[in-house]
Amino acid sequence: MLKVDGLRKVYRSGSREVEALRDLTFTVEAGELVCLVGPSGCGKTTLLRCIAGLLDPTGGEVRVDGSPVAGPPPGMAVVFQEYGRSLYPWMSVRDNVELPLRQKRMPRSRRRELVAGALAAVGLDGTESAYPWQLSGGMQQRVAIARAVAYEPTILLMDEPFAAVDAQTRADLEDLVRSLWRRLGVTILFVTHDIDEAVYLGERVLMLSASPTIVQDELTVDLPAERDQLHTRADPRFTAQRAHVYAQIQAAKAGGPRTGTASGAAGELSSADR
Amino acid sequence: MIKRLLLVLGLPVVLFTTWYAASANSENFYAPPLRQIMVAFADTWTPGRLRADVLPSLARLGAGYLLAAVLGIAIGVAIGVNPRLRAAAEPVLEFFRAVPPPVLVPVIMLFAGIGNGMKVIVIVTGCIWPVLLNTVEGVRATDGVLSDTTRAYGITGAARLRHLVLPSASPQIFAGLRQALSIAIILMVISEMFAASNGLGFTIVQFQRSFAIPEMWSGIILLGLLGFLLSVLFRLVERSTLAWYHGLRDSRRRS
Repeated sequence: MLKVDGLRKVYRSGSREVEALRDLTFTVEAGELVCLVGPSGCGKTTLLRCIAGLLDPTGGEVRVDGSPVAGPPPGMAVVFQEYGRSLYPWMSVRDNVELPLRQKRMPRSRRRELVAGALAAVGLDGTESAYPWQLSGGMQQRVAIARAVAYEPTILLMDEPFAAVDAQTRADLEDLVRSLWRRLGVTILFVTHDIDEAVYLGERVLMLSASPTIVQDELTVDLPAERDQLHTRADPRFTAQRAHVYAQIQAAKAGGPRTGTASGAAGELSSADR
Repeated sequence: MIKRLLLVLGLPVVLFTTWYAASANSENFYAPPLRQIMVAFADTWTPGRLRADVLPSLARLGAGYLLAAVLGIAIGVAIGVNPRLRAAAEPVLEFFRAVPPPVLVPVIMLFAGIGNGMKVIVIVTGCIWPVLLNTVEGVRATDGVLSDTTRAYGITGAARLRHLVLPSASPQIFAGLRQALSIAIILMVISEMFAASNGLGFTIVQFQRSFAIPEMWSGIILLGLLGFLLSVLFRLVERSTLAWYHGLRDSRRRS
């Protein structure tokens, strides 16, 4: 489905070179919900921009459904962290959600249907004619999610989407993402710096090292599909896995990247942990 | 509401009465009493006169201004989205902008004669610069995240221009258009003063040369009123087009 193979990104400015991503290899299967977590400044956004086709990697490649990514692939939607800057302030909520569909040359009736369905799915019916800046931060991010949902993507990329909303809104939005994922069967790659969020949301968690980035470790989350804020977070398995991810991130911060780590071996380590 | 109305009308009323009172017993031939000017105003600017002299002026102004707006925005967008073109064009643009437009009138007369074409060209060459330069700045300032979003959803080419680049630059474009409007009025009058057979500028100069001083003053007042009316009109258009922008700014200020 989504295959990242030996991805490397070096930023050059004049004679200075900064290696942001060293060697990233991982796969996300169709219909999976995978969380990418790493210390701050580890190049998560760079990675996401490479996958989305917004940035050309220095080496390696990204494949979506077998074809290499050169420019934004069709059927991929992105939700950015900065909701205030990713919605068009001169368009109503409806037009914001509808614009990508118009670009797909969809008939009007079908567009209306998708827009209404997506807004209802994120709990925003009745706000169609408001401007984004008339809504709260959490609602604005819901609009961005509705836009992605209406687009009917096969892959949904989310770049720290809830980093700028308050804690309660954040819990609501996390549950929204889980329920949308289960209902729509879309593949989701969710980037975050929040360890709790990664374990709570993901079926699998990929831990990244500090920059220059490699995949530090991988964890298949052992939690039931039905999750809720109260019980899941109190589950001993949740706390144990959270502690494991935490330790890995701390190690990544302290020791820098471990060289030559294969993600397969790390995956076994995490299952032994439980 | 009433308080606002008083605030808006207060200063004009004070100025008018001051002028009226101070000039009431004026013996100065060149500064006649305002009363006399007002009488001249009513006598001079009859419907026939308005059609013969004001309408041609407004037509030239409209043609020149619209042409400058369209050209300025088109060239400005082209330069704004293309960094290489911008690097090449910027110093030249700054040079042209620094040339005071009125000095171009005699030069343009040499090439374009003294007809309507000359006057429109003068207006265009004068007021294209603020529109063009502001458009370049506005286009350059397009938000990176919004730009990424647009690209990620496969919105490119003309749709990108229409839905992202132009609306996002529109506050800056309107700032340029506002500057251009006052320049356009100035150039309309100046081009008519140089060489014309009708128009407001022409008429005012005619009055001055024939020592019809109250009539001359009345023409100047008419010009002021016209400029005021156009700026009110402009503000109405801006308000409705940029309603989102003012709302966005207010909501940011509150938070």
